Amino acid sequence: MYVAAKGGEQAIANAHRLLAHARRGDRDVPGLTLAQIAGQLALAVDRVMAEGSLYDRDLAALAIKQSRGDLIEAIFLVRAYRTTLPRLGASEPVDTARMQIRRRISATYKDLPGGQLLGPTFDYTHRLLEPEIAENDAPEQPATQAPNRDPVPRVTDVLGYEGLIESSPEAESGRPVADLTREPLEFPADRDLRLQALARGDEGFLLALGYSTQRGYARSHPFVGEIRFGDVEVEVFAEELGFAVTIGRIGVTECQMVNQFKGSAKAPPQFTRGYGLVFGQSERKAMSMALVDRSLRWQELGEEQTAPAQDEEFVLSHSDNVRATGFVEHLKLPHYVDFQAELELVRRMRAEIAERADAEIDPENTGPKNTGSKNTGPAGPNREAAE
Amino acid sequence: MLEDFTPSEAFVPEATAEDPPLLRASGVSHFYGNRVGCQDVSFELWPGEVLAIVGESGSGKSTLLGCLSGRLTPTAGVVEYRMRDQATRNIFDLSEAERRFLARTDWGFVHQDARNGLRMTISAGGNVGERLMAIGNRNYAAIRGEALDWLGRVEIDADRIDDRPEQFSGGMRQRLQIARNLVTGPRLVFMDEPTSGLDVSVQARLLDLLRGLVSDLSLSAIIVTHDLAVARMISHRMMVMRNGTVVESGLTDQILDDPQSAYAQLLVASVLQP
Amino acid sequence: MTTSAVEATPYNFAYLDEQTKRMIRRAILKGIAIPGYQVPFASREMPMPYGWGTGGVQITAAIIGPDDVLKVIDQGADDTTNAVAIRGFFARTAGVATTTQTGEASIIQTRHRIPEQPLQSDQVLVFQVPIPEPLRFLEPRETETRKMHALEEYGIMHVKLYEDIARHGHIATTYAYPVLVDGRYVMDPSPIPKFDNPKLHQSDALLLFGAGREQRIYAIPPHTDVVSLDFEDYPFEVQTFDEPCAICGTRGTYLDEIITDDKGGRMFVCSDTDFCERQVARNQGVQNQSSAAASEKTEMTDA
Repeated sequence: MYVAAKGGEQAIANAHRLLAHARRGDRDVPGLTLAQIAGQLALAVDRVMAEGSLYDRDLAALAIKQSRGDLIEAIFLVRAYRTTLPRLGASEPVDTARMQIRRRISATYKDLPGGQLLGPTFDYTHRLLEPEIAENDAPEQPATQAPNRDPVPRVTDVLGYEGLIESSPEAESGRPVADLTREPLEFPADRDLRLQALARGDEGFLLALGYSTQRGYARSHPFVGEIRFGDVEVEVFAEELGFAVTIGRIGVTECQMVNQFKGSAKAPPQFTRGYGLVFGQSERKAMSMALVDRSLRWQELGEEQTAPAQDEEFVLSHSDNVRATGFVEHLKLPHYVDFQAELELVRRMRAEIAERADAEIDPENTGPKNTGSKNTGPAGPNREAAE
Repeated sequence: MLEDFTPSEAFVPEATAEDPPLLRASGVSHFYGNRVGCQDVSFELWPGEVLAIVGESGSGKSTLLGCLSGRLTPTAGVVEYRMRDQATRNIFDLSEAERRFLARTDWGFVHQDARNGLRMTISAGGNVGERLMAIGNRNYAAIRGEALDWLGRVEIDADRIDDRPEQFSGGMRQRLQIARNLVTGPRLVFMDEPTSGLDVSVQARLLDLLRGLVSDLSLSAIIVTHDLAVARMISHRMMVMRNGTVVESGLTDQILDDPQSAYAQLLVASVLQP
Repeated sequence: MTTSAVEATPYNFAYLDEQTKRMIRRAILKGIAIPGYQVPFASREMPMPYGWGTGGVQITAAIIGPDDVLKVIDQGADDTTNAVAIRGFFARTAGVATTTQTGEASIIQTRHRIPEQPLQSDQVLVFQVPIPEPLRFLEPRETETRKMHALEEYGIMHVKLYEDIARHGHIATTYAYPVLVDGRYVMDPSPIPKFDNPKLHQSDALLLFGAGREQRIYAIPPHTDVVSLDFEDYPFEVQTFDEPCAICGTRGTYLDEIITDDKGGRMFVCSDTDFCERQVARNQGVQNQSSAAASEKTEMTDA
């Protein structure tokens, strides 16, 4: 006889114990330290910080360790922790012109004030596996030079002097910056909200959307005006002092995309902008973000909407990988109540079709009446509940 | 072959002089930025009258139709409509809810592309029945009966009622669109190039059908077309538009037989010469 | 450093901070004031995945107090994994008493079912909702569906039912069956089987619905009219089962189908485990009192 499965609580506890065991792996191999993860899997840490929307290398490293290297799971852990943190205030906008640059390239000018600085990049490496780093991981010391402490103008600033590119919108004083973690996302969404969503959005999703614009689904003729990566100061306006004070530094990657120009008989043509800014070093994400930011501006720029990357409801509703993974994976949860409801209907409809077919074969039969409520289960009248 | 059709009879208003018009446009203008869509258009439409707005593409006729049907807000001017309770209201003073209700009960809109006027993944019966359900009809058999009746009136076989418009020819789709619009008994139907893109013989059949429905139901209609033959076939009165303004208006037969403005003369000469 | 930072952060009662709870309570109050209307709220990231009950958990966290008694069910059962996890979450973060007995709970959080035992006016039922928008699969755009609700443009809902009947001879919606609340808003009752829809009508208990991922809260206040959409000549009707529950012998409850072998063998048992257990206990009580009356129900359990 059937006995309903019980003991879910114990089974769950056991599953968690097994997970912890599996996470640890071979106990004869030393466990990873957070310093190792933060130092040697730095780009994974950057991604978790960016999409987790929390700049904390140690917490991101912990999350990566705890999630066994599943970065979306790590992002989720960071997000859930972030929710519980108090909000003390908003910083001043970071000034990327004053960035301590570690890498800076432009695809639009061969040389420019501040120069091209290749920095730590996979670009131009030969993608050949290097067995030696598995054993003896002691690369050469890097070449060094004295750091440049002067502000480095952005390519968009250079274009801006000539009026060749649309000006960056002025901050509206007194208007709070949108925050989709505090207010429900509603449409139409202004650009600040869109940029926040994109900055937190899934790298793979934005990459695919950005790529689609290059292939002609809302083509925007992009040029990489500039990508820069380095440290910027975070300043907070201190009411008591009457001025902004620096509270720390964060590493960010900024991409200024210079896009298709606009103009008319009356307004002289100007290039347009797409903007990307993410925590840590992630050029792929910053570039994808800039492409999608630009494509989402179709209405403002008087363009035609033809492609998914232009559809803000579509893009913003599906860019968050924590939501996406939750809802996709929730299909694992039991759905047997609903499935039972479907089973009952499908069986009933199949039986009705079979009855109709029988009626056609048997001329004696006057044909069943399709009542829409007939039951075809084994037997028995339908009665009300016992109580 | 369209010019073989007999000219429509001159329109005789049924209403007496005291009756207000069904729709009155006064000084309607719409600008796209600095560009003129349509400018300072005024006219009156009487019950049972069919008005054709003709012109080349870019003449502003579709912009004007958009303003008249409440789909575009005019930059200037007023569009008044005599509601079923006989009160005349500026349609842009109505709330959006009232305007949308008006649009799905007392008005119809037949699109050039049936895809914009039909639900392509819903059966023909569902398409015709939607307006009935939207106004509260909750009897399946009655809705289906009404849908069957209307499919018959637009010459679609009853056994196609559960087929989706995807499976219909272009002419059938337009006829289905007409049935979907007329099922709530509207008094005014807007049509945007309803026959363009159809074969000439299919066009002729559709126009014939439309003409029959308009006269049987005493419908008023405003039809936008670039095709003077269509205007001749179906309209009592016409307005010729060019560069956003009305260059000539009057009885259809008079304009087509004796155009006054140079532009209308050119149009008539270039299109209607055999 | 890092880990201690985590440990040093004491989680608030029922996890959410008080400011967030107030925000959610405001949304709930608005939902109660406008029955069936979807109130946007700034759903927080919870320590459990979106789609796994974050909306229900946030509502429960916002309304629960130290004296509450909480019951959590998934598919009608207290012992399904997700129900166990959520119950454990509140036992840990709020320290509240939990129960599996429907009659003892002051708050019941549920996924996909309404308990068989009628709820009382001092109880609150909190539904976990995956897709709150009943128009979503007819019109994917939020901007458009909000306008359709505002203008009561619900004709398309009946077009869907019409298509079902034209194609299948039946209304083919079996769960998440749309309802009209208080004559105004069309509402998705969450993916409960339509079997449970009649329990929404004139409920004594307050019914709250939370969709975390979609950031919506809505409510059916007690004693509100809730009508399942239908046609006059194709009226709404609930599922019926031909067999009684194979464990407790009750008829007229919602049953799960249990596959017993790979040759088509199957049996049907109550999806509401608490109800089923109490029925069994009652049957045994009856048996003990008069063992001579070997009841029909016992035979059925052995079947």
